[in-house]
Amino acid sequence: MSAKELWGRFAAWVNGEAAPAARFEKDYRPHLPSPRRRRQEEDSTGHAKTHEVLLYRVSTVLASVALIGILLATVTQLPLHGTPGTPDQNEVALRYVEKGLEETGAVNLVSGMILDYRAFDTFGESCVLFLTAMSVFVLLWNDKHSLPPKLEAERKEDDQILAEEEMHLLRHAAHFLTPFILLFGIYVVINGHLSPGGGFSGGIIIGSGLIFYATACGQKAVSRFFDRKAFYILNFICLAIYAGAKSYSFFLGANHLENPIPKGIPGAILSGGMILPLNICVGIVVACTMYAFYALFNKGDF
Amino acid sequence: MLPFYQNIPFFSILLSMVGGVITSLICSPRWAARLHLGILALCCAANGYLAWVLFHTGESFTYMLGHYPAPWGNELRAGPLEAMLCSLFALVMFLCVLGGLEDIQHDILPKKLPLYYLMLNLLWSSMLVMVYTNDLFTAYVFIEINTIASCAIVMAKDTGHTNMATIRYIIMSQLGSGLFLLALALLYGITGQLLFPSLRQAIEVLDTTGNYALPLTVLTGLMVLGLAIKSALYPFHAWLPGAHGNATTASSAILSGLVLKGYIVLLIKILYQVYTLPVARKTHIFDVLFVLAVIAMFMGSWYAMKENHLKRMIAYSSVAQVGYIFLGIGMGTAAGMTAAVFQIMAHAFTKPLLFVSAGELIRVSGHHKQLYYLRGAAHRAPLAGVGFTMGGLSMIGLPLLGGFVTKLFLAQASLELGWQNLLAFGVLVASSVLNALYYLPVILLIWTHGNPLKEELDSGARTAPCRSKPVVFDLPMPPAFAASALCLMAGVVFLGVFFNPVSVLIHQGLALL
Repeated sequence: MSAKELWGRFAAWVNGEAAPAARFEKDYRPHLPSPRRRRQEEDSTGHAKTHEVLLYRVSTVLASVALIGILLATVTQLPLHGTPGTPDQNEVALRYVEKGLEETGAVNLVSGMILDYRAFDTFGESCVLFLTAMSVFVLLWNDKHSLPPKLEAERKEDDQILAEEEMHLLRHAAHFLTPFILLFGIYVVINGHLSPGGGFSGGIIIGSGLIFYATACGQKAVSRFFDRKAFYILNFICLAIYAGAKSYSFFLGANHLENPIPKGIPGAILSGGMILPLNICVGIVVACTMYAFYALFNKGDF
Repeated sequence: MLPFYQNIPFFSILLSMVGGVITSLICSPRWAARLHLGILALCCAANGYLAWVLFHTGESFTYMLGHYPAPWGNELRAGPLEAMLCSLFALVMFLCVLGGLEDIQHDILPKKLPLYYLMLNLLWSSMLVMVYTNDLFTAYVFIEINTIASCAIVMAKDTGHTNMATIRYIIMSQLGSGLFLLALALLYGITGQLLFPSLRQAIEVLDTTGNYALPLTVLTGLMVLGLAIKSALYPFHAWLPGAHGNATTASSAILSGLVLKGYIVLLIKILYQVYTLPVARKTHIFDVLFVLAVIAMFMGSWYAMKENHLKRMIAYSSVAQVGYIFLGIGMGTAAGMTAAVFQIMAHAFTKPLLFVSAGELIRVSGHHKQLYYLRGAAHRAPLAGVGFTMGGLSMIGLPLLGGFVTKLFLAQASLELGWQNLLAFGVLVASSVLNALYYLPVILLIWTHGNPLKEELDSGARTAPCRSKPVVFDLPMPPAFAASALCLMAGVVFLGVFFNPVSVLIHQGLALL
């Protein structure tokens, strides 16, 4: 805009005939020319666009190469993993290894660490899972009444295909295998304080078992025993138990009071204080989240 | 037994997390909102009490989470500054939700409303932890909660614009989290610690011996970069206008008033407690932040000047205002930090005031956000007009309003500096002029008489979007909005008038960090 035009606009504005700035006009475009004009530019020259894309590509590559270089240079300076005397072999790790069994009662030190020493972080992690499932609800939970007709027709067709298709092998395998998968998952969760595994890994196994069953026999079969209400209630109960149990122990610990929960004999199934119930809670939250992802991305509801 | 007040930080966190979990079982949106507001009110009162006690005794304390002392277990740490910021953030979040209540009900599907409050509860708990944490890994876990919850409150509106904005937001935000995690892993590799005080000792040793100098510099850069992306410092601001400009009013106000600040408070805590200022100065991270802040103050205003979408304009103004905060941090002195913390507080009141008022102005203009349709909006909603005017004037830097004091403090703090002094002065003046250039015309516009949408509808140039529901212009003012706008205005004026006691408190609090 030339100086004369600017002055003209200013005068018009003072007289009450125009808005004070161009961006108050109705058809003002802030960023780029309108899509139609942009397409014309592409058609006529074709150069401006490719220039821009090329610039982006080159600068992306340069930035990535620079970052890779810096990080590689850093890695060469880091202490070698596994050699004696590295900074991470300090009093923190020493106490976990030496006193972990005695203090937490868990044979699986990892469980002891994540569910007893640093239980607050794990509570945060379980909340991350719960929150993620809930955000997927926010995004994908569809309104049965407002579903676009095309999508609804597609879904009906899918259901029909699933009902008509015989899939003997898959269904028999699912009927046969699912109980074992779930059982194995439950084993991994319950033995979390004794052997490798725990709530996170066991929960994933249970969740994938449910997904397997839902894929083979349809989501309706799963929703007979696990629907949205069950999902909410299970999640609520588990997180509430976790929060309750841990806030009790945090409160006692912070106020320097004795922990009345017995540790039990290390190695027995009922040992490790609160680790077993907490593992079960985490396992259920993880399994629910896994299945909720599948159900929501597949049907938008369950 | 500890004195009772020392349990407040943990129980505030627990209350908001459990509140979030309980909200998943509540079907009535009204009760979900009440629960959320109740939690915020309780947190505000409890943390305010805690701040009051700590300012009187002049102490800060650590709170052991569990039966194991610090480097083995988790720990929270609370000082007067943290308690004050939490109380203030709770108050602002309460006012944001209250002020945006009408728009929340308009924008979000009724059955998703309880989920929206669930997200807000967990977002609030993560803000609390980021302020109170004394452990880098706990900070990371709650940064994740914060990221997901803030993306969810943007996409809750579920329009094409918000979905696009959320995709952008989540990619950038995850990049920030990833860089932070990378830095955390490197730091653990060279120190073997995660707790702030232990890290400080380890870094002091590294600083004197000169071991691992390159990894330390790189990880400092990565950590600051990660947090800068999440708090939208200039070259990393691309996600901000879309996310803040298109979300529902309450989300916009919370995201730009509080969520950006949570990361900055965490950054200040890390700089003070992990690095200490002299060590951090040696890595030249302050100079980088200073330069980026100067550019941010220019470019944020420049983009805002070109915007014709009211909420996007306010969002771009956030980019400039975050620049002010980083300018204070980038000075690397105690005075600069005081100015930065003051700006965190001032902006936490001003920006929600602007967003809440803008939401109301937009509501009475038939939900049009284009500036053209907002002519005369202040006559249709006078309180919102006054609120927007006051917020805009505070951003420009009119005395007696919060924004002025920030500029005063920043200018004072820059007197101690060397080469940055003139640059800081110049950019403060230029940024004030730029702010005036885009806020004043809009303030004039909303107070000019007219109603373009009504004129178009009457003349038949445009048909109402829905025949059965005619566009209503003389909507009654919701009392929740009135209360919220009045309180936010009172906050802006309070910070502008009683800035001296507030700055003394900030100074005391920073000394105890």
